[in-house]
Amino acid sequence: MIEILSETPLATVQDLGRFGLLNQGVGTSGAMDPLALAAGNLLLGNEADAAAIEVQVFPFAVRFHEPCAFAVTGADCAARLQDQPVLPWWAGQAAAGDSLTLRRPEGGTWRGSRAYVCVAGGFAVPPVLGSRSTQLRGAFGGHEGRALRQGDRLAAGAPGTGNRPTGFGLVPPAFAMPLQREGCTAVRVLPAAEYERFTKAAHEALWSAEWKITPHSDRYGYRLAGPSLRPTAPIELRSHGIVPGVIQIPHGGQPIVQMRDAQPSGGYPKIGTVIEADLWRLGQAPIGSRIRFVACTWDEAVAAFEETERWAARVRRLAALHAERGT
Amino acid sequence: MTLGEASTSLLGSTALLFEAPGETDLPTQQRIWVLAAEAETWPEVREAVPGINNLMIAFRRPPAKLDDILERLRSCWATVAPMPLHGRVIELPVTYGGPDGPHLPDVVAHTRLSIDDIVAIHSEPLYPVYALGSHPGYCYLGGMDPRIATPRRKVPVLSIPGGSVSIGGSQTGVSASAGPSGWNTIGRTSACFFDPVRDPPALLRPGDAIRFRVSEVIR
Repeated sequence: MIEILSETPLATVQDLGRFGLLNQGVGTSGAMDPLALAAGNLLLGNEADAAAIEVQVFPFAVRFHEPCAFAVTGADCAARLQDQPVLPWWAGQAAAGDSLTLRRPEGGTWRGSRAYVCVAGGFAVPPVLGSRSTQLRGAFGGHEGRALRQGDRLAAGAPGTGNRPTGFGLVPPAFAMPLQREGCTAVRVLPAAEYERFTKAAHEALWSAEWKITPHSDRYGYRLAGPSLRPTAPIELRSHGIVPGVIQIPHGGQPIVQMRDAQPSGGYPKIGTVIEADLWRLGQAPIGSRIRFVACTWDEAVAAFEETERWAARVRRLAALHAERGT
Repeated sequence: MTLGEASTSLLGSTALLFEAPGETDLPTQQRIWVLAAEAETWPEVREAVPGINNLMIAFRRPPAKLDDILERLRSCWATVAPMPLHGRVIELPVTYGGPDGPHLPDVVAHTRLSIDDIVAIHSEPLYPVYALGSHPGYCYLGGMDPRIATPRRKVPVLSIPGGSVSIGGSQTGVSASAGPSGWNTIGRTSACFFDPVRDPPALLRPGDAIRFRVSEVIR
């Protein structure tokens, strides 16, 4: 059993998302950094899509009420188990009574914004409609369909000592697969339906500007600040399906990028969509930081997707190697 | 990319958007539903999601080449016939106006119709469910009388309760759960539109229809 000690808001139970229910009005939810969640789980011998806690406000602390193997991935938040530092992207072992504390990620070569606390066997919250992710609007899934609060207790699927190899870690994907342009995190974008209906100046600005992530950014969407993007004529659209990564341009001209808690339909003009393989980069971009959009082709998007799969496969092999040595 | 007059575009590497030509009407929508059912049987498709006059096709993983699926969409759209309506009609009692319909006066101001006229016009048609979206269990309805069309609010309301009956532009709808809305709330009904332990969880599906029955008018 793991108890939430901190009062910090907005931590939720997430997995890789809830799929197949967009036509019931249910968005996918799921981890803002799916690579970090999957990697934390694979380090512990879990399925990649086991449930973990996504932390986005710090400090955050939990207490283990029984021994349990765990991993902290995502943003480097100088985690400590009791008074011992815990390396980022590392599998460790907690004893009964140990507290694990995550601090606010500091700047460095790479500064992320969301951390994942993974445990052996994943968090044993009941799956709802095929996923353990928290669906905030529908108030179901995760832990009681809501964000975690101080005093909440969550069960690990496979607690104990010595049943998992620990004491090894990974090179995070921000270092293994970096993507930067002129000192900013870059994400690759495919043009969307209304791209051609924006002005030439809007096209130039989209690809050349630095876009600041404003404080009005959360799991639902990121509101960006930069040059105003204008269509050549007003655009009225009928409601249609949308996905995380869609870059909408409302009347004010400032982009909103849909994120994991986005609703499954929308009607604002779409200038482009961040490719699936780069959504984790955006999920880790802190409020106040700047990002750049890079145009890409379908073939490049497919290659990027396959690169993340190869990275996950390497993590799986590494974990398996340690499991063999540990027995 | 154009398929005859229909068009397709990319939603990143996650999905494709197919948009049918022409005005929003029920026969086109009935063909969209058939196209959705067909596309869901294709191996690379995770889910096909009808919108208004359009269809989103979400991939299980990005296919290496798109030509194949675009060709299937093209040939399928050329041949699909409208899906017959299920004929399932859900009747919803509505309290119009008062605290549950705070924006009814705005609809009066915009349309220059009386409250009684607006209620009569709103509760008259059978509204076909065109698509689900926005939030769990929410239905996009067709069939509203254009006389009561009222623009979306300039400043969205931070939260309207579940069951709110509202008008946004030329559309009407019922919120399935509490949340923000830019539409004009004219009344309220009580119905459970979504229950995660029900199968399927949403009360309504495309092809069903809603009828609003006047239970009370607060002037």
